[in-house]
Amino acid sequence: MKHPLEVGIDLVRLTEIEASLRLFGERFVGRVFTTGETEDCGRHPHLRVARLATRLAAKEATFKVLRPTPRDPLPWSAVEVRLTRGGAPELVLHGNAARLARRRKLTSLALSLSHEGDYATAVVVGLRSSTRGSPS
Amino acid sequence: MSDDIRAILKEHGRLAVDVAALSDEADLYQAGMTSHASVNVMLALESRFDVEFPDRMLRRGVFESVASIRTALEELAVGR
Repeated sequence: MKHPLEVGIDLVRLTEIEASLRLFGERFVGRVFTTGETEDCGRHPHLRVARLATRLAAKEATFKVLRPTPRDPLPWSAVEVRLTRGGAPELVLHGNAARLARRRKLTSLALSLSHEGDYATAVVVGLRSSTRGSPS
Repeated sequence: MSDDIRAILKEHGRLAVDVAALSDEADLYQAGMTSHASVNVMLALESRFDVEFPDRMLRRGVFESVASIRTALEELAVGR
């Protein structure tokens, strides 16, 4: 019997984000993050790096839940982190990410972010729709 | 081309082993390349070879070995 929950987690070092920005500048930002994510991350240098890092962790954690095969195209921008009116993060799936979620029968995804010192982390929990033989 | 790919992997791939010890078919993710490192590898390949990987090529299989990277770059060169 399949478990109804899928979990993904990822850890990103802020110094590695800083290195990517130093090496590739806005090319790195443009290929990985959406316009909305970039705006949400703001301009304050340290906060921007921390927020980019949590969002990269969120994308990777989501990929672990979606489980693409090596043949499935999955651009980083297909998984987007947006903020609700209350400021809580939520996931928005686009294109192939949304298709993979449907293929895996994932009806909802919950996201939590955190960062401290040089580390940013994200946890994603996916709920799969009822399958035959689910517990009463 | 393979030498340039290996040089980029050495600088950006964050591999746990010496890239010179890997065959062209060796799995780079098994060799320690993280997804974040694969982003840097992709961007470095784009700069070095003056190409842009389209979204359809942003899949794990494209970056999983020296051979698969070379195949992708050759496809992009033909498509120009």
